[in-house]
Amino acid sequence: MIGEIIDWFTSSANWQGADGVPTRVLQHLGYVLLALVLASVIAVPIGLYVGHTGRGGVLLVGSGNVIRALPTLGLVTFLFLLFTDSDVAAIIGLVVLAIPPILAGTYAGLQAVDRAVVDAAEGMGMRGGQRLWQIEVPIALPLVLGGVRNAVLQLVATAAVAAYVGLGGLGRYLLDGLAILDYGEVAAGAILTALLAIVLDVVLAAVQRALVPRGVRLAEAGAKKEVSA
Amino acid sequence: MLERRAFAADLDYGRAGPSRGEWAMGIEFRGVTKKYPDGTVAVDDLNLTIEDGTITVFVGPSGCGKTTSLRMINRMVEPTSGTILLDGADVRDSDPALLRRGIGYVIQHAGLFPHRTVLSNVATVPLLSGWEKRKARERAAELLETVGLPAELGKRYPAQLSGGQQQRVGVARALAADSPVLLMDEPFSAVDPVVREGLQDELLRLQSQLGKTIVFVTHDIDEAVRLGDKVAVLRVGGRLAQYGTPADVLRHPVDDFVAGFVGKDRGYRGLSFLSAGDVLVEDVPTVRVGSAPGESTDWRLAVNDEGEPRGWLPPSSTVDGDLSESDLLAGGSLYQQGTPIRGALDAALSSPASLGVVVDADGKAIGVVTARQVLDVIENHPQGVTR
Amino acid sequence: MSFFDELGQYLGSASNREQIVDTLAEHCYLALLPLVLGIVLAIAIGWLGRAWPRARGVTLVLANLVYTIPSLALFVMIPSLIGTKMLDSINVVVALTLYTAALLVRPVLDALDAVPPAVIASATAMGYRPARRFLTVELPLAVPVLAAGVRVASVSNISLVSVGALIGVGGLGVLFTDGFQREYFSPIVVGIVLTLLLALVVDLLLVLSRRLLTPWDRTTAPVRTEVAV
Repeated sequence: MIGEIIDWFTSSANWQGADGVPTRVLQHLGYVLLALVLASVIAVPIGLYVGHTGRGGVLLVGSGNVIRALPTLGLVTFLFLLFTDSDVAAIIGLVVLAIPPILAGTYAGLQAVDRAVVDAAEGMGMRGGQRLWQIEVPIALPLVLGGVRNAVLQLVATAAVAAYVGLGGLGRYLLDGLAILDYGEVAAGAILTALLAIVLDVVLAAVQRALVPRGVRLAEAGAKKEVSA
Repeated sequence: MLERRAFAADLDYGRAGPSRGEWAMGIEFRGVTKKYPDGTVAVDDLNLTIEDGTITVFVGPSGCGKTTSLRMINRMVEPTSGTILLDGADVRDSDPALLRRGIGYVIQHAGLFPHRTVLSNVATVPLLSGWEKRKARERAAELLETVGLPAELGKRYPAQLSGGQQQRVGVARALAADSPVLLMDEPFSAVDPVVREGLQDELLRLQSQLGKTIVFVTHDIDEAVRLGDKVAVLRVGGRLAQYGTPADVLRHPVDDFVAGFVGKDRGYRGLSFLSAGDVLVEDVPTVRVGSAPGESTDWRLAVNDEGEPRGWLPPSSTVDGDLSESDLLAGGSLYQQGTPIRGALDAALSSPASLGVVVDADGKAIGVVTARQVLDVIENHPQGVTR
Repeated sequence: MSFFDELGQYLGSASNREQIVDTLAEHCYLALLPLVLGIVLAIAIGWLGRAWPRARGVTLVLANLVYTIPSLALFVMIPSLIGTKMLDSINVVVALTLYTAALLVRPVLDALDAVPPAVIASATAMGYRPARRFLTVELPLAVPVLAAGVRVASVSNISLVSVGALIGVGGLGVLFTDGFQREYFSPIVVGIVLTLLLALVVDLLLVLSRRLLTPWDRTTAPVRTEVAV
């Protein structure tokens, strides 16, 4: 087993051309990024609106839960039959599945902002937009990015499954390997997909840490100390 | 009228602070009612005039509409009917955001922006009003000093301050508006009692310099009588039960609700408003710490070289050599001459010799009083000499 | 032929109906057995984390790592990790058990941390031994926080099972591969709808059992600090 995996990774054929590792990794990354951007463009404004105004929170949480319960494979195959195009079907599926975590993160982030802080901002004469961008968004940023991280994990996983309807990327190794019972290739695909997810998650975790305002980080550390004391 | 003032406040931040009362504005509630869609009445036909340059406290149990009343002044809550006049102008005629920038606002837990430094927190309103950054920060630094915080705290974040310091920053942030009106919604109720007392003293000190019109909300009647020039007691359902000076409310509650709310020991608390000017201060034998005391069958007050009281030497006690502080019984509370009579009674009751020590403004002992003498004064002034 | 005619025809066939019932039963088994096993595993890990604080950080990192691995990759890696056959349903059970446990480790630890120290101290003072105290005092008090995590895990499991269809064990997921191969909407739509319904029913059962388990905690709405009136 281990031998087959090592053979696969050391075979230079697997590192070149349209089916080589670099191409597949870049494809996979490309799908993830494209879907992430499209999903953010849709989900972030909705999350900000609902979180800021408090209107439609129940609807948002409810519909988010329904989408979360959608089986990935069912959605992708359904969309493929509808559009009869692997890339279009897969990207739409990816976007749909990435929306709930981003939406939930944005909404939860704004909800978690201390009411007293928002009240003070309003009482000092900040208008709605000033309150949103100067106070609520910076404080909510960690949770918003937490939502983005979850979305990315979801996207890496779903893009692999979408190989079933013909999408490129790392899922190809998994499914093509299974089809011809080449376990070396299957395992290599699994390892690469897992590695990609882990690396992306670590990078985003670092970004998340870097973007949290210092004062908010201190406040969180203080709250933790109080709990443990 | 108000718009002009609010506008002026926007432009004239830089100028020196107002002398007492110069910019102050009265506030008037005219038949103000707030009813929520679910039928709850938070405020019921409130009629009230708040004089400029004074501290008016709204006090009452939870659900009495005190916070709602306060929040209607800066339009955080809109009344269902009635009018609120600020310096004679209906608050509804001004843009809410501009109105609020011209009114200081302090809340429980301070509501400081956790992602901004203390200095930028305080500079919020000047920056909103379009000041240039450097000037706003200079003003903020000044205000930190005004509320008694060291300048180096300005670089810290709110999470790095104690509860009491955060509350001071909250006050400084509200003062930055340099507005004649300050709204304070239970600002000190989340800090511990010792810190709270310090903050209350600080507020009274600030007010004696600034002469703002302050509307203060609390559920604590002690805080209300301590801070208020006037106290408005509200009952559940948002109706005004009584409006008057603290002494009035304590001495002549209009009904059982107010009597019950101001509490059982309101008689004793009322002494806070009675001057002790007529209490006879008697001489007391003293001994000096550090010299030989000799002998006596009386209680003797030990004082140091500055004449400040250090403790009591019981009758017929023997001391080897010079008197040291370890030979003494700890004294009770001290009564400073000229302050309300409540302190004199407490000094007498807490003294091991049953003699309350009276000191002057410098802390020098000038004599003693007994509880009997204090009670005589109180009985001879049944209506009290109010401050 | 309209979609509804097609659906009628599909559901009219006895063999199709039999397939639907069979796959639904398998889906329940594949989603719910791991849910139960995962809860038990997470509680055991939580107990370990409480008893031995050094294990805490390690288990949290491991849990996060497992949770990061894409589903398809984990499904195909399990056989080589534990030596099962590729098409064995145990693979899906093990993978989903790991996901459930990974998801629940943090809620379990948080929930146990939230048990008031005074309660633990008084239980100890009354003579409870640690194991009994954990099972009869700390664990029940942790249920409300834990329940929220279990609901998320159940929805996630029910939706993930279908990915197993790509390695031959997928409950309702088989309807998706079926529909895809035969270019036939009906099985896909039936599969999606049944997955959503199953998620909904299980969620309602979880809410109900949480209420029965925690009669002292009837307020289901989250308590939020309100501006004093």
